[in-house]
Amino acid sequence: MAAELKNAGTALPVNPLRKYVREDRMPHFFCPGCGCGQVLGSFLRGVDGLGLDLDRMVTVAGVGCTARIPVYMKTDTLHGVHGRTLPWAMGIKLHSKETKVVVFAGDGDAVSIGGNHFIHAARRNLDVLMIVVNNFNFAMTGGQVAPMTPAGAVTMTTPWGSGEPPFDMCALAQAAGATYVARTATPDIGQMDRMIKKGLSHSGFGVVEVLSQCPTHFGRYALGSGSPAKLLDWIRGICVPKDLADAMNPEELKGKLVTGEFVDVVRPVFRGSSFVADESAGKDAEEA
Amino acid sequence: MKKEKRVLTGVHFMQGNYAAVEGALAAGCDFFAGYPITPANEISERMSRRLPAVGGVFLQGEDELCSINAVAGASLAGAKAMTATASAGYDYLQEGLEYGVAVEAPMVIVDVQRCRGENFATQADIMQVHWGPAGDHEMIVLAPSSVQELFDFTVRAFNLAEEYRTPVVVLSETTIALMRERLVIPEPDAIPVMNRKWTDKTPETYLPFKADSPWGVPEFAGLGRGYHTIYSINPHDERGSIEWDPDAFERLYTRIPLKVTKNRGKISTVQHWRADDAKAVLVAYGSEVRPCLDAMNTLREQGKKVGVMKIDAPWPFPEEAVADLSGRTDLVVTVEMNIGKYAGEIERACRGRCRTARVTKNRGMIHSPEEILESLKEVL
Ligand SMILES: Cc1ncc(C[n+]2csc(CCOP(=O)(O)OP(=O)(O)O)c2C)c(N)n1
Ligand code: SF4
Repeated sequence: MAAELKNAGTALPVNPLRKYVREDRMPHFFCPGCGCGQVLGSFLRGVDGLGLDLDRMVTVAGVGCTARIPVYMKTDTLHGVHGRTLPWAMGIKLHSKETKVVVFAGDGDAVSIGGNHFIHAARRNLDVLMIVVNNFNFAMTGGQVAPMTPAGAVTMTTPWGSGEPPFDMCALAQAAGATYVARTATPDIGQMDRMIKKGLSHSGFGVVEVLSQCPTHFGRYALGSGSPAKLLDWIRGICVPKDLADAMNPEELKGKLVTGEFVDVVRPVFRGSSFVADESAGKDAEEA
Repeated sequence: MKKEKRVLTGVHFMQGNYAAVEGALAAGCDFFAGYPITPANEISERMSRRLPAVGGVFLQGEDELCSINAVAGASLAGAKAMTATASAGYDYLQEGLEYGVAVEAPMVIVDVQRCRGENFATQADIMQVHWGPAGDHEMIVLAPSSVQELFDFTVRAFNLAEEYRTPVVVLSETTIALMRERLVIPEPDAIPVMNRKWTDKTPETYLPFKADSPWGVPEFAGLGRGYHTIYSINPHDERGSIEWDPDAFERLYTRIPLKVTKNRGKISTVQHWRADDAKAVLVAYGSEVRPCLDAMNTLREQGKKVGVMKIDAPWPFPEEAVADLSGRTDLVVTVEMNIGKYAGEIERACRGRCRTARVTKNRGMIHSPEEILESLKEVL
């Protein structure tokens, strides 16, 4: 109340990122305390910092809470088929080589239903950035088990605790051939900003996995609390920076997730079979 | 790589699958994605060589889901895009078609029908190609009967896709896809090519899903040009904004099927042979038209007044043409290479105005003219 009174009569400062946001889509769809808004903010800071032109960018999203992120930004957006973000992105990218394409996907969208596309986009080095929001569950459908749900966690479809070992999505991306792979988490906004920005300027298939809080489902069912703060603390607790992890043994790393950059290399990007016909083959990679 | 001619004007002796490729190129196809499946493989194989050589992009997807969705993405970016598969792969394509219908993305799909798991001839997909995808829609499906029609109908499929901004299926069959026949490819100028209507409005005034009538087709802007359109499968309003209002829902899901059915007469053309004075008319689509014509000739020689009606585009259903036929003849016989699926539609549209019968065959091979004659003995 006091704060409100203090500001009465004075114009509130306008967030400089507001110009990138679709005002007509507000209020947004995310629950209070959800990490998706933080990812949106981080992405827009990256766009702003790099001076990217949203008019020349296409954002792609399947289905899920994460898939709503691009709905709030002033880009052309493909939305609404679960798991097919990368094929869409591939069609766009192969036809319009100049267009910047960014995919937003939940962990389910990216490596459950979309798992096959994921490994092949990495293998081909599709020139697309994929930002995966790992909230440890299928959020939009109500908190079911997901490929990244920690073993033993209670979800709406694992009432006695998940008996499935989770994926290490970054290791998967790396093994499949992605050329930029990094993991960050919403409690460390600075690192998230740096990695998303780097991903945005990378040429080739980039994967930035963001460990994020879903207080509504994962918090409530798996951790027994819908408090966003508690969930942020939990995420902070399972994160181990890469340089520390290098000195730890597997036993110490059990149940932890390593954050940091795992891959940052350059190799020719995928162009479909026109690539061979194209005399500038490999040029992108050399220039980058 | 040496540049090649896009349109191979001239007389050829060509396989059906190849003819579909040449039709696509003549119509302006510049993106193709496919996943190998017999008996559609030759389409991908020829595309992989021909398309890059005329400046297009070929992609072998990791599966059909990849192919169809890459086609959707390329289409929204402005490409004339196609995929090809056979029945089992078509199961997967339905997901992408659902999306293509909803966001009004022009795209062409060749389905070379085969039996479950094997490559026998069949027309078993006739219902699936229309009603397969979830949601309300009217699919446009063209059914060629010859290698020449595989070329002609593929050109037409691209044109219809562009005109109505919707997926269009070329319903091929093992029989004609793998057959070699004479094919005449006209001069490029003589091939009608239609392009979607690109908007000349500014991003400030453009409404991506606003049409000028309840059955109209919106103007197209394309991705990455500053129009900020959301192409969502979810119900959306004229702005493209995801919208849960029942009125917006109804407007959208009325306009999408209507833009096809309102033009049914133009799209679902039929051809007649000696039907004017016929007491009985054989109705068929695809390869089954061929033995029907043979059977008709034999019966005419015997003095029996029999005609044939060929349905070029089984979907949208040629309601008026069938109704008209049923008022002019005594007997309508549907000839089909499946358990009798489209026959139900034909009989419904005849509405008791004449007798109906079906000659169906489900043995992995096309009817012989003799088989049709034998079956007709009981009804003629
Ligand atoms: C083919 C298909 N299967 C299932 C669904 C239902 N569905 C919607 S969102 C979703 C999962 C969401 O999880 P995730 O991708 O991790 O995104 P989140 O909501 O957690 O951000 C599922 C299974 C669907 N839309 N389409
Ligand atoms: S359900 Fe979870 S992920 Fe979805 S908006 Fe709410 S908090 Fe975010």
